[in-house]
Amino acid sequence: MRQVLIGGMLLTVAACGGGEKAGSDTATAAGAAPAAGAAPTAMAGGSVTGHVKFDGTPPANPTIDMSEEAACKGKYTGPALDPVVMVSNGMLGNVVLYVKTGLPAGQTYPVPSEPVVIDQRGCLYHPRALAIMAGQKLEIKNSDPVLHNIKALPKKNRPFNISQPTEGMTTTRTFTTPEDDVPVECNVHGWMHSNIVVLPHPFFAVSGEDGSFTIKGLPAGTYEIEAHHAKLGTKTMSVTVPADGAATADFTFAATGT
Amino acid sequence: MATTIGHVEEVTLGGAEVHADTRSFVRKYIFSTDHKIIGIQFLIMSLIFLLLGGVLAMVIRWQLGFPKQPMPMGGVLPETMAPGGVVLPEFYNSLVTMHGTFMVFFAIMPLLVGVFGNYLIPLKIGAPDMAFPRINMASFWIAVPAGFLMLAGFFVEGGHAAAGWTSYAPLSERADLSGVSMGQILWCISLIVLGLSSILGSFNYITTIINMRAPGMWWFRLPLSIWSLFVTAILVLLAMPILSGAIIMLLFDQTIGTHFFGPAQGGQPLLWQHLFWFFGHPEVYILILPAMGMASDIIANGARKPIFGYTSMVLAILGIGVLGWGVWGHHMFMSGMNPTLGTQFMISTMLIAVPSAIKVFNWLGTMWMGNIRFHVPMLHAMAFVSMFTIGGLSGIFMAATPVDIYIHYTYFIVAHLHYVLFGGSLFAIFAAVTFWYPKMFGRMMSPFWGRVHFFLTFIFYNLVFFPMHNLGLHGHMRRIYDPTQYDFLKPVQPINELISISAFLLFATQLIFAVNFIVSWFKGAKAPENPWEDNGLEWTVPSPPPHGNFVTVPQVYRAPYEYSSPFVTEDFLPQNRELPEAAPSAAPHS
Amino acid sequence: MSWLLPHGASTFVGEIDWLYYLILWITGIAFVLVQVLLVWFMIRYRARPGRKATYYHGNTRFEIIWTTVTAVVVVIIGVLSAGRWNRIKGRDKVPANATPLVVHAKQFEWLVTYPGADGALGSADDFQVRSQLHLVVGQPVSVLLTSEDAIHSFFIPAFRIKQDAVPGMNIRVWFQPTEVGEYELGCAELCGLGHYRMRATVTVHSREDFDRWARDRAARAAN
Repeated sequence: MRQVLIGGMLLTVAACGGGEKAGSDTATAAGAAPAAGAAPTAMAGGSVTGHVKFDGTPPANPTIDMSEEAACKGKYTGPALDPVVMVSNGMLGNVVLYVKTGLPAGQTYPVPSEPVVIDQRGCLYHPRALAIMAGQKLEIKNSDPVLHNIKALPKKNRPFNISQPTEGMTTTRTFTTPEDDVPVECNVHGWMHSNIVVLPHPFFAVSGEDGSFTIKGLPAGTYEIEAHHAKLGTKTMSVTVPADGAATADFTFAATGT
Repeated sequence: MATTIGHVEEVTLGGAEVHADTRSFVRKYIFSTDHKIIGIQFLIMSLIFLLLGGVLAMVIRWQLGFPKQPMPMGGVLPETMAPGGVVLPEFYNSLVTMHGTFMVFFAIMPLLVGVFGNYLIPLKIGAPDMAFPRINMASFWIAVPAGFLMLAGFFVEGGHAAAGWTSYAPLSERADLSGVSMGQILWCISLIVLGLSSILGSFNYITTIINMRAPGMWWFRLPLSIWSLFVTAILVLLAMPILSGAIIMLLFDQTIGTHFFGPAQGGQPLLWQHLFWFFGHPEVYILILPAMGMASDIIANGARKPIFGYTSMVLAILGIGVLGWGVWGHHMFMSGMNPTLGTQFMISTMLIAVPSAIKVFNWLGTMWMGNIRFHVPMLHAMAFVSMFTIGGLSGIFMAATPVDIYIHYTYFIVAHLHYVLFGGSLFAIFAAVTFWYPKMFGRMMSPFWGRVHFFLTFIFYNLVFFPMHNLGLHGHMRRIYDPTQYDFLKPVQPINELISISAFLLFATQLIFAVNFIVSWFKGAKAPENPWEDNGLEWTVPSPPPHGNFVTVPQVYRAPYEYSSPFVTEDFLPQNRELPEAAPSAAPHS
Repeated sequence: MSWLLPHGASTFVGEIDWLYYLILWITGIAFVLVQVLLVWFMIRYRARPGRKATYYHGNTRFEIIWTTVTAVVVVIIGVLSAGRWNRIKGRDKVPANATPLVVHAKQFEWLVTYPGADGALGSADDFQVRSQLHLVVGQPVSVLLTSEDAIHSFFIPAFRIKQDAVPGMNIRVWFQPTEVGEYELGCAELCGLGHYRMRATVTVHSREDFDRWARDRAARAAN
């Protein structure tokens, strides 16, 4: 009898510490924007558009020797470059822009149903920087015929580490808590890096190769928009958005000592 | 003389019946203190884990033979293990870890020590039960939650432990390096609990053998199975606490912030290796000694001849038990420890080859001039000798430190360990299960299917593991998810395929054994008291024996292997058979 | 499926391969002896009606002989191993003229630091390359092995060299390549999910080719 009790206690201990069933891929608390209580506000019609420019000569991007992964190396005609600072014709891409302040306190917003996609292609992350809302699906795609292993190292969210051996496969993850910067790397290709900004709202964009961006769905108001680049730093600008209208904001970055 | 055996009433001279057994079903078969039932309980649990360990091996072999291909039925596995049926590298690492863990701790060790230690010791020494029957019951029922804990690791986030069954730190203690946290913790706790089970069993065995031998059962009349279980029990008693200690340190590093093995805060990764292997090497002798002992019993029986060199066989068992403590560093030749230590361990390792060689020669010597019956247990026992020899000889390569530089952590090691653990221990287990099945269950296993199982197993087994020597000599490393990543391994990939296909066939063949085992339990031919015409005391009681084993305490007159004795017409002479005064009990040694 | 070792290209091949073949011969003879006797006894001494086994308990003289032979053989193998082991792994046996390299193992790559033109580590012209080992034929190298995270193991099968890299330890391993060519380095200690592909290329150059490569690398690093 005593043995049964001891066994039962041990089993209970094991079960308590057990955690989730394997296969659950999303973290708990679906779609949690931080403020509880009020129902999510519908998206409004205002927007902020603009361009991010780069002043001066951009620093050379580091070359990557992909000799150890022939299947990726073969996708490039010359040496592969890590597009840390992606400048073309004076326009800067891969800058993450988002509303920093100005949204009414306690307001929650619907989590966008489309996922944010991060693609592993040519043994690089595309995009190299991205923003996502807490609770929004991150779709991780492997477009290479090799195994990638994406490892996210957040401090406030639960870290993840996923292998994807097959070309074309996708896996989905979610972040529950806003976080300024979640570094992402590939465990088997040490040069692959990306950064994710997790926001409490859906008002963000990433500048394209031509430097352009649009943040949509904003209600009328004055906002501080922040433009963040992993290497070049952060810039802010105050923008007033009319109801159902577009406001413009242009940012300029320059080379730094970082 | 009268004896009180637990709740069995006193029995008297003159062979009065053992009294009616008044125990309830639960006390008879579930929470039983009867060593025979406990032995059978361990048998069922261990055979289940043997099967599970084999299933894990099949997934490993699938991935190695057909890297990155979706596995048949792989779709049942969750995305964290094998999305689309394609095994993930992290899952592969936990597969190799858990295959080793299940096989070593939950299959081979309990099969040899828990099953046959429990079943044979009281019967073969003429005792009614173990010295501490209730502790014996506890030993099994503590092993059960250990088993559940070990299974639970597959269902937690991060998956099961994935740092190898050897669990080297710092990989095993850092979730950021391995991706595993809860699984490794469960692994640790499970083994601590299992260690308790083993330790409880071990001092029971030791006490029983020392104190409860029947009159006339002198030390040098003990069958070799009992000698080996005795020395094994001492090894278990001394070695398991070391493992538990090391695992507790690992657990503390993982959970409460100690730094025994973490170098950043002053710990030593090599400390884990020393502690683990100081346990680990005696552990492998725990995994082979009972097999050797039982093989001796069965070979003498099959050859109808006394064991050749009984005294040397005993000395060899003792020698292995003692020398086994001084060789642990041979697992660490490449570890970064001082090379001078390597030389010392090399010497001690070379020496331990000697007692094992003695045993092989003596088994051959037993068959020499015998009158060999090829019953199924004998087939397995002879295969044991043959395969263990290969395993032992391959060990010499890795004992030679310069050669070990090349073959360490390659498939040469995998071949070696499987030749001694499967070719050795598991064949001996098949022999022992078949041999003592009639005594345990009162039925015979089918000899025909036993032979089919034996021959197919022998063939496929060698097709699986012999080529691994060649893979290792080619440089094929262990524990690698996809060998085709290396150009130099691409040419030997066809060997991996051959091994994998043979492994699938080997696994399928074991279903024959499983079916034979289960069906014979209900439909096997009823077993007589002594179907193998063996000399042991267990064959002088009914099949299965009653609770309390012996109606009267046996009196032992002679050594255990008096086959083909000139003093009787039969070719066997049980240890407790009384002969007329004039006939001596055994011939003097030549 | 060969019992021959694959082609080797370092000065250790002579020592190690010779010892391997010696052991192969000895164990091969023992193997054949045991298996032949086993099968012969099975056939010769199989039970037949009217036969009985010989009632025989052993022969101490035989036992002493074969025990002694076994012990002598293994001791000889041990003695032959000890000297070779010391020559290869002895901490005082690293050649004085060996080129120093640092190999820092980390999940899941090998970061190799070269001394640059001045031949000394720790100077400004050092440069680091990921997972590529470039060596000069006939020139010994002395590698200082370190690890960032888990235990890894530096294994170049063609050079018959293996050494664990342990975090918190600086471990030296030396070797001397003897043939120009391309070889592979693999990790030989489970170190995580990428262990299976923790590979490096090993290129043994002529002196001129190596110098050209090193100059080219150093120039690229300076940019």
